[in-house]
Amino acid sequence: MTAEVLTPVTDLVTTPTRRRGLRGVGVIGYISAGVIAFALVLAIVGPFIRPYDPNLINFSYANVGPIAGHPLGFDGQGRDLLSRLMVGARTCVLGAMFVALLSIFIGTSLAVITAWFGGKTDTSISGVLDVVFAFPGILLAIVAAAVFGPSLLSAGLALAIAYSPYIARVLRGAAIKERAQAYIAAMEVQGFGVWRLCARHLVPNISSLIVAQGTILFGYAMVDLAAISFLGLGVQSPTADWGVMISEGKIGLLQGYPLESFSAVLCIVIVVSAVSFLGERLSERSKQGRS
Amino acid sequence: MSDEPVLVVSGLRKVFGAQVAVDDVNFELLPGKSIAIVGESGSGKTTVARMIVGLERPTAGTITACGRDRSKPARNGAERKSRGREVQIVFQDPYSSLDPRMSGAALVDEVLRVHHGGDPEQRGRRVSELAGLVGLDERQMNALPRALSGGQRQRVAIARALATDPRVLILDESVAALDVSIQAQVLNVLADIRDQRGISYVLISHDLAVVRQLTEEALVMQRGVVVEQGPTADLLDHPKHPYTQLLRASVPGPGWKPQRMRERLLGAEVPAS
Repeated sequence: MTAEVLTPVTDLVTTPTRRRGLRGVGVIGYISAGVIAFALVLAIVGPFIRPYDPNLINFSYANVGPIAGHPLGFDGQGRDLLSRLMVGARTCVLGAMFVALLSIFIGTSLAVITAWFGGKTDTSISGVLDVVFAFPGILLAIVAAAVFGPSLLSAGLALAIAYSPYIARVLRGAAIKERAQAYIAAMEVQGFGVWRLCARHLVPNISSLIVAQGTILFGYAMVDLAAISFLGLGVQSPTADWGVMISEGKIGLLQGYPLESFSAVLCIVIVVSAVSFLGERLSERSKQGRS
Repeated sequence: MSDEPVLVVSGLRKVFGAQVAVDDVNFELLPGKSIAIVGESGSGKTTVARMIVGLERPTAGTITACGRDRSKPARNGAERKSRGREVQIVFQDPYSSLDPRMSGAALVDEVLRVHHGGDPEQRGRRVSELAGLVGLDERQMNALPRALSGGQRQRVAIARALATDPRVLILDESVAALDVSIQAQVLNVLADIRDQRGISYVLISHDLAVVRQLTEEALVMQRGVVVEQGPTADLLDHPKHPYTQLLRASVPGPGWKPQRMRERLLGAEVPAS
């Protein structure tokens, strides 16, 4: 930009942005970030690198345990478990990510609108949010499944709407505080448009809180999506999905073949723990940073 | 330079609920001249400033800057920006008046980009020019606000306010939060800028020494009302209204006893605090 005239100074004090990345989240924070990164990569490439067709049924291998070439063995219908886990990451992780991103988008927009305009806008939006608050995400998802038919999309949309008030509620306070800062007033006096002020200045200044909230939500979304799939209202069998696998593994569990349910549960627990831990740490850090 | 006033305020009034914050404020400001608004906290000075820059809407009265009315909200972006080029403000608190994520250079650059567009090189030259004007070096301009001292931040804020060459600059207690030596530096910078550019200042302050140094005219506000108005030197040397006398007498000096002053000048009117 102005590099021609103002040469950037390579001095620690003059680092040009406040971005901190993962600094200060601790060792477990880094491990959590690694787990999340691994889950995301698996979600994207899983279906391409799976060793076998996850939907290939072979009843002669039903509930067979780990054997050579099939490290996790087979499910109740003789499908390769490892392949199903790898493919199942996609719906579970990307679905949760979709929910988290959408609710962050809705929640942040609402928070900024209420903070910016205040008064009646604030009162009415907050009132609507309180009503949405009253409905648990899973309930909304069940209603959505009843109205639009059971699918990952309807479940995801319902969850995103149910989660938005949480984000909006937390961010509203931060946005109101930021709105009252003199630098926003100074830019208003300069004649900056509302859009520019909010998108380029207000939101970036509460971004650490947004990231922290979004991360925590990502964990909730994964558990809820799996629960919805478990109930048969999200991802539909025979598509491989961790929630579906837990559900289908129920029978094996009763018959003494717990591996299908357990492996899927373990995947969910590991990823959700990592996400929750990282979210908590980021949230802690953003609180400290704002004091 | 014409002798048309750059800022005319007449019959300005602001009511918050049942509280009258500002009542019937009138003044005119000529190019290159400065006016002070003096008064204690809560006297309505800052509300006057916020109305002039458009952060509050006047309940009644008109504000005209450079011949254009600005007492109603701007209708569109172009009008908002042209108002921004007429009157600017520097706030009291240097710690909250800069975006913490942006260096001084980036802040000023963005203002220039919004108003004039232009190529980065041209803007860069203007940024350097403004930095020179307020006495900040390249390293300081490229630093984030948190790496700067209060005085340096306030100078960044002044550079930003001056970026579009406004005709009027409102200084809302802009030096009050700075320690004395830095205050003197910033005041010198402001005086120099006025000599170079013919800008007019509206100085809002309770520091009478600063008022005397920088302004030709002054108005004294008490509880939203202008109690005395006139040339600064006269007003400070021969205060007529008891409240102005009290302000004058409140400046600490040898043998200064605040309680005695209050009693002598205002009698029972002001409860002892």
